[in-house]
Amino acid sequence: MTARLLETNKDPLKKIDVDGVTVDIIENALRNAREEMDAVLFRTAMSPGIREQGDCFPMIANKDGKMVVGQFGSFIGPFLEAYNDEIEEGDIILTNDPYMCNAAVSHLPDWVVLVPVFKEGRHIAWSAMFGHMSDNGGMVPGSIPIEATTIFQEGIRIPPTKLYKKGVLQSDLLELILHNVRTPQWNRFDLNALVAACNTAAKRCVELAERFGDDVLFSTMDIMLQRNYDAMKHIIGMFIPEEPREFEDYLCDDGMGMGPYKIKCTMWREGEKAIFDFAGTDPQAQSSVNFFLNEDMFKMFFGSFTINVVDPQIVFNDGFYDLVDVRIPQGTLLKPNYPAALSGRTHALGRIFDVLGALLGMGAPEMMLNAAGFSDSPHLFFSGYDSRPGKGNEWFQLFQIGFGGVPGRPVGDGPDGHSLWPGFTNVPNEFIESYFPLRIERYETIADSGGAGLHRGGNGLSVAYRFLCDGDIGIHDERWLTYPWGVLGGETGLRSTKRLVRVDGSEEWLPAKAEGIKVKTGDMLYFNTWGGGGWGDPFARDPELVRQDINRRLVTVEGAKRYGVVMAADGSVDSGATETLRAELKAAAGEPALFNFGGDIEDIRSRCEAETNLPAPVKPTFIGLSQ
Amino acid sequence: MSYRLGVDVGGTFTDLLLINEDTGDTHTAKVPSTPEDSSIGVLNGIARICDESGVNPADVSRVMHGTTVATNAVLTGRGAKVGLVTTAGYEDTLQVARSFCPGGLGGWVSFVKKPLLAPLELTIGAHERIGADGEVVAGLDEEQLRTDLKTLHGTGQVEALTICFINAYINGAHEKRAAEIAAEIFTDTPISISSDVVPEMQEYERTETTVVNSYVRPEVASYVSNLQAALDDKMGSDTQLSILRSDGGLASARASAESPVNMLMSGPAGGVSGAIYFCSRAGYDNILTCDMGGTSTDVALIQNSRARVRRETIVADVRVRAPSVDVRTVGAGGGSIAFVPELTKALRVGPESAGAVPGPACYMKGGEQPTVCDANVVLGYLPSDVQLGGKMDINREASVAAVQSVADAMGIDLMAAAEGIIKIVNESMFGALRLVSVEQGYDPRDFALVGFGGAGPLHANALGILTDAWPVIIPPGPGVLCAYGDATTQVQDEAARTYLTMAGDLTDNQLVADLHELKARAGEALLTDNIPASEHEITYQADLRYAGQAFQITIDFTEDELKEKGVALLTDQFDGEHEQLFTFKLDDGHEILMIRAVAKARAKSIAERQVGETGMSLEQCIIAPSRFYYEGDWYDANIYDRNKLNTGLQVSGPAIVGEMDSTTVVLPGFVAEVDAVGNLLINPVNGGQ
Repeated sequence: MTARLLETNKDPLKKIDVDGVTVDIIENALRNAREEMDAVLFRTAMSPGIREQGDCFPMIANKDGKMVVGQFGSFIGPFLEAYNDEIEEGDIILTNDPYMCNAAVSHLPDWVVLVPVFKEGRHIAWSAMFGHMSDNGGMVPGSIPIEATTIFQEGIRIPPTKLYKKGVLQSDLLELILHNVRTPQWNRFDLNALVAACNTAAKRCVELAERFGDDVLFSTMDIMLQRNYDAMKHIIGMFIPEEPREFEDYLCDDGMGMGPYKIKCTMWREGEKAIFDFAGTDPQAQSSVNFFLNEDMFKMFFGSFTINVVDPQIVFNDGFYDLVDVRIPQGTLLKPNYPAALSGRTHALGRIFDVLGALLGMGAPEMMLNAAGFSDSPHLFFSGYDSRPGKGNEWFQLFQIGFGGVPGRPVGDGPDGHSLWPGFTNVPNEFIESYFPLRIERYETIADSGGAGLHRGGNGLSVAYRFLCDGDIGIHDERWLTYPWGVLGGETGLRSTKRLVRVDGSEEWLPAKAEGIKVKTGDMLYFNTWGGGGWGDPFARDPELVRQDINRRLVTVEGAKRYGVVMAADGSVDSGATETLRAELKAAAGEPALFNFGGDIEDIRSRCEAETNLPAPVKPTFIGLSQ
Repeated sequence: MSYRLGVDVGGTFTDLLLINEDTGDTHTAKVPSTPEDSSIGVLNGIARICDESGVNPADVSRVMHGTTVATNAVLTGRGAKVGLVTTAGYEDTLQVARSFCPGGLGGWVSFVKKPLLAPLELTIGAHERIGADGEVVAGLDEEQLRTDLKTLHGTGQVEALTICFINAYINGAHEKRAAEIAAEIFTDTPISISSDVVPEMQEYERTETTVVNSYVRPEVASYVSNLQAALDDKMGSDTQLSILRSDGGLASARASAESPVNMLMSGPAGGVSGAIYFCSRAGYDNILTCDMGGTSTDVALIQNSRARVRRETIVADVRVRAPSVDVRTVGAGGGSIAFVPELTKALRVGPESAGAVPGPACYMKGGEQPTVCDANVVLGYLPSDVQLGGKMDINREASVAAVQSVADAMGIDLMAAAEGIIKIVNESMFGALRLVSVEQGYDPRDFALVGFGGAGPLHANALGILTDAWPVIIPPGPGVLCAYGDATTQVQDEAARTYLTMAGDLTDNQLVADLHELKARAGEALLTDNIPASEHEITYQADLRYAGQAFQITIDFTEDELKEKGVALLTDQFDGEHEQLFTFKLDDGHEILMIRAVAKARAKSIAERQVGETGMSLEQCIIAPSRFYYEGDWYDANIYDRNKLNTGLQVSGPAIVGEMDSTTVVLPGFVAEVDAVGNLLINPVNGGQ
């Protein structure tokens, strides 16, 4: 069954001719409306995750649910197919369950709000937005339990449900939902903000229809979709070879002792159609690191990576979906069988971008191939009762996202300690210190962590958290085992580490994925993220740039030798010694491969314990394989 | 006789306005700006205006000045080499820059980070720590700091020094001590500390703001002191030099040289002040301003003749926490270039601009790409066959050739392409106007729209149609309005402190006592500048939010209002504004973040000026017949002389009104009337369409 939209005005919208300038004007206006959604959300949301980090995504879709403006593609189509009920004016739908909307959202903490836009009794468009809630109930604070084996352990599941019916808030339902989360006040505000943002967009759509006419708006949305279709057709013909091209990368581990998990993708073109086939990807994981990947969402990733080349001002949308075929085998890490756990999907989601970047770039590496970068958003959770004087043992929970090195790129060095996700920013440390029982004693880039190259990889970040009361921490991180790879002779970046220094001076290395770790007042955690891979021949880098990086504490004197650069005692470049060392290293290195993975998987696994102080994960045995 | 002089230094021209305070008579002058040292242009202008008007320079008692000297230092990257002292462990705060990569998904692929304004090689860490509650966690290691500062000094590179420590917004003791130590070593280098410049939470924003202050400080200081010396020389040492700040207040030259980060929006603030000056006297207290220049357009919303002040200033990529008039800028101006991407065949206008060089095609200075200005020429809005006072020659053929390239790429005719360019650029200004109105919960129909700047009056009527904000007001001298603004604002200063107090825990008496303390501090600068306390007007501000929100709203109030309603005055007003912005409010949880006292010198009024040439009939004001193209048709339109148009005359559209520095278009179906102040008020014929 599918959703049925009730319209009191049955007059169908008509497809009519619209002149180009009007299309451009409406395109601008819709782009503004989308930006306004973000603005409304940021101002009204309350949790640091949404407000400061911008972990939220808006869109406006045509009446069929095709995204006209937005970012991560439309989740309305799959929802409409799965929702077996009537929808009328004033209804607002809420859901968070990936299994109920074909992974339109990919884990439970992402709550999505959908608003059908009506004008004079006629359904003319959709607005929708999802945001990452601070908590969704379930096993652990923050609701991203690593060790969950089914989705039932990950908190409350909200099937597509009417939060508002004909404009009336279903408060019993809302209270029931909020009763099941640890941060009801934040979620209430954030949800309010999502609704306000969607309502704003709805209002703008109605205003546009009033200004230009319903049929003009309706037809313009189609034209905007067609523009993307035309642009992407050209791009696919230009960038996608008929000869299949494949790439594989890995998720380091599943947090329960198994890993790494392979993600493999093969790409080719048949006529004007691009095909991405994930055959060869490992079967689903036992824990929550599965990433239920919606095919349309992957198309969006692909499109947004490439469309800038032809018209950076285009309003990017769904229009080209028919030109792309995405094949994901059932029962794999990317399409696990119900009721597999999904909450820790962030790592595989990030890795998809490494894979996609490599596939698209390897045909013209000098122009288009970036090294592997900070393809993740690692988390730190800290929760407990604030036992400091005057704090009344109040419950707190902190959710922090980490940042790392952007890779070396054709355009230049990768920035240090930055984010690859659009719109993400760190939460100011002064804000955290004033609201949570911890002190951030150091917040600095890690010298030499970016891979050496003609264009240096960005450095990772080292954040030193001093805990000011007892509590529990949880960590989700990646690239502690496999390397952020370099390209075209560039070196790998430094991997991530987590070191806990107890107040008694003892030290322990924590796994990249761990939860329920008890910390005491005065303990210090060094949360070190990874650096970006290097791009191009490090021995060709101008020694003066290396010297400048040393003066900036981004590279050490020892680290400069990876570039074959030798420093004299007075801080200048020793040109003679540099020339000699470069010749030596060059001869030893030989002709570089296109990709530098830092060794093959068996190699890396065998060196694991010695290098990382952590036991190597064992080869996965696949529980999901039997289906 | 007592005169005041307004001086606005823009990128191309320096505008001057001399006002006789007793009669209201004005004289204007326009001279080329001298970017290498703007004070030369200012002095040239003063010489010119005094010469032409026959006013004795010694009779000018006050010089009020809007300047882009700080802005240009940022835009051209010509600021000082800044050294930075942070808390140890936080040296990379600017390098990490909150980890933000602009652009959408994949935006990082092409993101190129600009060099830091305080380079890492000139950044050192001090061993010290203040906790979030303001307590000292670790004392300042003075010995080590001294050593490191000496090393830094030894590089010989630091031209301005910045100190910004973690949590200094709540306790600046370590910063102050570090500044004392630094002053012993950096004896002749200006030192800025964050707890003075911007005592607000958020380490990156506070560091960046303080660094920007240092970055522009030497240049601003030398400019101000040179100018003051030259003025003293020419006009006598009792001449008061004031500078317009970004927030629309005037500051003494001395005060502004110490915190130049507050002058980055001095130029746009002058325009807004000028617009308020003319509109409020015509009875329009609620206005939308639209200041359209060559490369960009600044818009702002004014309520009750008061500009909204935002505690953020943005100049190109630089974003600082300094108060400025809430002006939004879009990259759409007369020089914006139109183009058609091959694949999508869409018509795009800007943000690339032809600038002054090579300029629009019509000026024949080497520009060949079609600009908004060229579209205006093709459509006849900018007449090419009539020489208007002071204008450069306009070559319509060059504009036609340029716009034709767009027409051909889109497969449409020339006139449709020209109208398309104008519509697109109007739409993007409309977007900015919506941003300051609709998106803030205001209905533009409750406002009048003011068009000024070189290109604003060309587009204002069309923007009125889009926003439905009537009348559309073209103030006198729309091209020199900033100088009017400079000449008509008041000297002001403010004192602020971080409060971080829940409104529910606060008594009325406590709040009044805390505000009085700030009031005393705010008045100090005015006293120093010889403005007696009896001339001070004191108002207060409080920044509120619901605890946990990052958003905040600034509430303005007076002591009388506070005494009448108590703390509820703040919370009620906040709830009201919050509901207007976001459609909901909460009942409690109000947190007061900052409180502020603003001291203003009472305004000295200026007599009204004479409008146009009395007795001239409408026919006598016609310069020449012309024609323009609108919505698919050609219309005959007379060109009128603005300098002759006097109060009460009505110019019916289609018509063009020309004056020295600007051209106003009155569209068919609209009528422009000259009011008592000299504004052109454009309204739909019969009050509506």
